[in-house]
Amino acid sequence: MGLEVILFFIFGFVAAVSAVLMITRNNPVIAALYLILNFASLAGLYLTLNAQFIAVAQVIVYAGAIMVLFLFVIMLLRPENEKKFLESNPKIKVFAFVIAGFVFLQLIYIIFFSRPSFILSKNIEASINAGTIESIGYILFKDYVLPFEAAGFLLLAATIGALILAKKKVD
Amino acid sequence: MTITIEYYLILSAFMFIVGVAGVLTRRNAIIVFMCIELMLNSANLTLVAFSSYLGSSVGQLFVFFVMTVAAAEAAVGLAIIIAIFRNKLTVNIDDINILKW
Repeated sequence: MGLEVILFFIFGFVAAVSAVLMITRNNPVIAALYLILNFASLAGLYLTLNAQFIAVAQVIVYAGAIMVLFLFVIMLLRPENEKKFLESNPKIKVFAFVIAGFVFLQLIYIIFFSRPSFILSKNIEASINAGTIESIGYILFKDYVLPFEAAGFLLLAATIGALILAKKKVD
Repeated sequence: MTITIEYYLILSAFMFIVGVAGVLTRRNAIIVFMCIELMLNSANLTLVAFSSYLGSSVGQLFVFFVMTVAAAEAAVGLAIIIAIFRNKLTVNIDDINILKW
């Protein structure tokens, strides 16, 4: 077993378990911390896929910026703990899990039915080359410069929108 | 044993389903929001896996844009939640049903 296999199983296990723990915790702060753990292990998975730039961006943007925003809002609002998981509306919740499990089986079926690994075998060199900041920056500023500008404009609009929505109304 | 792309796809499908189950069952608006982030991340994992196995940067570029949109969405969504909390003093989505007929 190579290092890649071991790393995949470690990070994959942590990601799956922390996702499940996140949706089952009552305290929102604990749930947010599990989500940070999930994002960090996803960054590790990106590294096993040779996507260095995305891994770093994942840690900075998701585990750093977005989750700090979430924790700030949780601690500002201090929402009360929910009831225990199956205490309120147990029928609807069980039904939701049944639907989710059904969709999961469908996805598994599609993945194994189409078998993408028959046509996709990993070319290590091309894979490493695709993940470098150099190649991503090249393609970003050569072919995708208009979406890049649009993304900047979107962030500006979101900043202004968040300010206007969250500010106190003064008459 | 080598890791084929199916392993990543199944992990991503599992995380997506966990996110769906969270959105359907949790009643705290902030946790519902975090589940949406989880679903976005599982889609990102699929994109990065295909990008890496195809040897093309375009998938990772798309993940970059998804991160941008997720940051914008988180900022606006949390601002909406703060505004709702200021008016109704709750973030329980069972109590926020003013647009329900």
